[in-house]
Amino acid sequence: MTSSHGRGLLHLAAALDQPAVFDAGSHIELARLAERGGLDFVTLDDTFARPGPDALAVLSRVAPATARIGLVPTVTTTHTEPFHVQAAVATLDWVSRGRAGWRIEVSTTEGEARLFGRRHAVTADELWREAGEVAEVAARLWDSWEDDAEIRDLATGRFIDRDKLHHVDFTGTGFSVKGPSIVPRPPQGHPVRVVDATEGHARRTAAQYADVALVRAASPAQAAAVRDQLRQSAAEFGRNPDTLRVLVSLLVDLGDGEHAAEPGHGGGGPRQTVQGPLYRGGPVDLAELIAGWHADGIVDGFHLTPIEPRRDLERLVNGTVALLQHRGLFRTFYPGSTLREHLGLARPANRYAVTGGAS
Amino acid sequence: MTVRRKRMHLAAHFPGVNNTTVWADPRSKSQIDFSSFEHLARTAERGLFDFFFLAEGLRLREHKGRIHDLDVVGRPESLTVLNALAGVTEHLGLAATVNATFNEPYELARRLATLDHLSGGRAAWNVVTSSDAFTGENFRRGGFLAPADRYTRATEFVDVARKLWDSWTPEGVSRPFAHRGRHFDVAGEFTVPRPPQGHPVVIQAGDSAEGREFAASTADAVFSGWGSGGYPPGRHSTRHGTLEAGRSFYADVKRRLKKYGRSPGDLKIMPGVTVVLGDTAAEAQERAAEIRWQQVSPQNAILALEQIWGVDLSAYDPDGPLPEIDPVADSTITQGRTRRGDTVAVAEKWRALSKEKGLSIRQTVIEAGGRQSFIGTPEAVAAELDAYVQKEAADGFILQPLITAVGLDEFVDRVVPLLQERGAFRTEYQGATLRSHLGLPDPVPSLGA
Repeated sequence: MTSSHGRGLLHLAAALDQPAVFDAGSHIELARLAERGGLDFVTLDDTFARPGPDALAVLSRVAPATARIGLVPTVTTTHTEPFHVQAAVATLDWVSRGRAGWRIEVSTTEGEARLFGRRHAVTADELWREAGEVAEVAARLWDSWEDDAEIRDLATGRFIDRDKLHHVDFTGTGFSVKGPSIVPRPPQGHPVRVVDATEGHARRTAAQYADVALVRAASPAQAAAVRDQLRQSAAEFGRNPDTLRVLVSLLVDLGDGEHAAEPGHGGGGPRQTVQGPLYRGGPVDLAELIAGWHADGIVDGFHLTPIEPRRDLERLVNGTVALLQHRGLFRTFYPGSTLREHLGLARPANRYAVTGGAS
Repeated sequence: MTVRRKRMHLAAHFPGVNNTTVWADPRSKSQIDFSSFEHLARTAERGLFDFFFLAEGLRLREHKGRIHDLDVVGRPESLTVLNALAGVTEHLGLAATVNATFNEPYELARRLATLDHLSGGRAAWNVVTSSDAFTGENFRRGGFLAPADRYTRATEFVDVARKLWDSWTPEGVSRPFAHRGRHFDVAGEFTVPRPPQGHPVVIQAGDSAEGREFAASTADAVFSGWGSGGYPPGRHSTRHGTLEAGRSFYADVKRRLKKYGRSPGDLKIMPGVTVVLGDTAAEAQERAAEIRWQQVSPQNAILALEQIWGVDLSAYDPDGPLPEIDPVADSTITQGRTRRGDTVAVAEKWRALSKEKGLSIRQTVIEAGGRQSFIGTPEAVAAELDAYVQKEAADGFILQPLITAVGLDEFVDRVVPLLQERGAFRTEYQGATLRSHLGLPDPVPSLGA
């Protein structure tokens, strides 16, 4: 099998989701807390179906109040304009100086479709196919400016070398985009794409485009199975599977206090709930679970959604993360400055650059 | 009897993607790094400006079928930058230009409401429209909109956005909304509570008759054109750069308000202007001339000529005479920029100008392109700006610095204190929201959605 069972660095991320909070302060506080723990990134979910602010806007507001942590908002591809979405994600990368990600999602309900009045709801399969097209056109648009396109050449009066700007000429099933982008290539080249690959519909898009795949799994076996499938599928798309990070997504409830559970990751393991796999226990026990699954090469890391953000994120950082750091399993500072660097992912080459092929 | 002097409003326009912005100046900074936006926004806030303003472009300009390469190009997505700027400023209003043709009301209303919440009531939306198939090639919808429908869509768009903002009561209760109109058929629940300002401030840019009517019925502020500084702002700018033209524009727009049950103070008129300062009047004139020379490089002069003539003129010498050949009307040689009116007539005018004064191509383009709006010592500029406001040619100004990032520094350091001394500009922020800076009434929440 393709899994590289020599384990790489451990990656940790946390969700900042709070029910319907609209002010900047509490989001900033949580993001700073996560940054204090050296987490790779924070996510903020978004949907048109429940009250809540625009997540990409919130994380743009968080950007100047933080320095290192990755910022990953959910942005749907269903009722939005691909051209605007890629520009907004690229801009988040500019304002955060290379810390942007994009959690790609779809909007499946008829209720959401009515908010826009442009088309009816369609199947998740169709929407994920479209999400793949949006991810494709976004990557092309991010590449539509080569890194050294801006020349400011006084002698010839040229601000840019237009041979280094490219039309993308994308035609998809339901939309087409000419390009180039209005935004110069973002600091990371491609901001980090995150896809929840738990459901079958999303898995192909994840395997083809995601830098980070999230898998909601309650058991190591389940997580390993999805990871193996994702890696194999990524390889079939011509990708090096090692450029895909697979993180297990767990809800965490650390309300039971600080007492450690039994050693190993059996006792305090997650259980399946309607909302997804839930870990309930102490922060030390959680550290055991994380270390155990990671040591066994089952996953590259974890994406944790605190049940009570304020309480649980603090316990996560001060308890779980501190313990993992103490054991030398997790970074104690950020050696890099971009989210790609945190994740150990190279800055992608530009597909349009002369050495890279077609123009 | 002493009457309190009418105070002006000021806004800072981030330097644009056009040849007004002088990139050849060594002080010019990045047009895309966040530090440039942060510097200009902090400078504007230091100067107690009403708001910071970002333009928008949704397709890079093309000329002779190729991407235009002579001007500053490339910019971030407006609302995303403004959310970040909300974190490094406290009082400054934050205005984004966003196209009503290539967006949908639900999503944009939500993004504007979010900015208003995250900034504590400082959001503004400059509504622009497009019917341009060239730009439409980047969007799902394409260039579908008939020119006549641009403002009917924009008006309905703002109407729907306001319904969405009103759909939550000030007490925080969400109510379902429904709208069925010519352009939009939408229903459901809005996901963001009523914004701190009630409604984010709405700005209208452009001087056309439809634009004026749209402003009178719908907008809180007008970003009008000013016939100088190379290419005037807005898509349909006419020149009313003189005081008299300004007064007549001002009177015309304000007169239209009554029909909509609005009073003159409900709509602020703020022309976009450029300023060049010097220690003496002569030095200011010299600097202004130098800047025009930089804005119109030899290559830019030929380009400007080609835009009028509608054909390839690359063989001509920018320091030589104008072409003898006649221009081609309705050429599509340039795509994605403001139309330049009757090009045949313009060509005639330019030829006459060149002949009369014995000017080369480059000199003619510079001469015809007009001067910066205000040129002089800080004292003279302060007095002149104040005169425009006292004589009702403007309620304030949107300043367009000529150099990216640092172009506003000198104005804030040298002119703002003089305006304050005259009693023509605030000496501190009185309120927290952009509406309060602009002296705009709070919108009354509608009773039912």
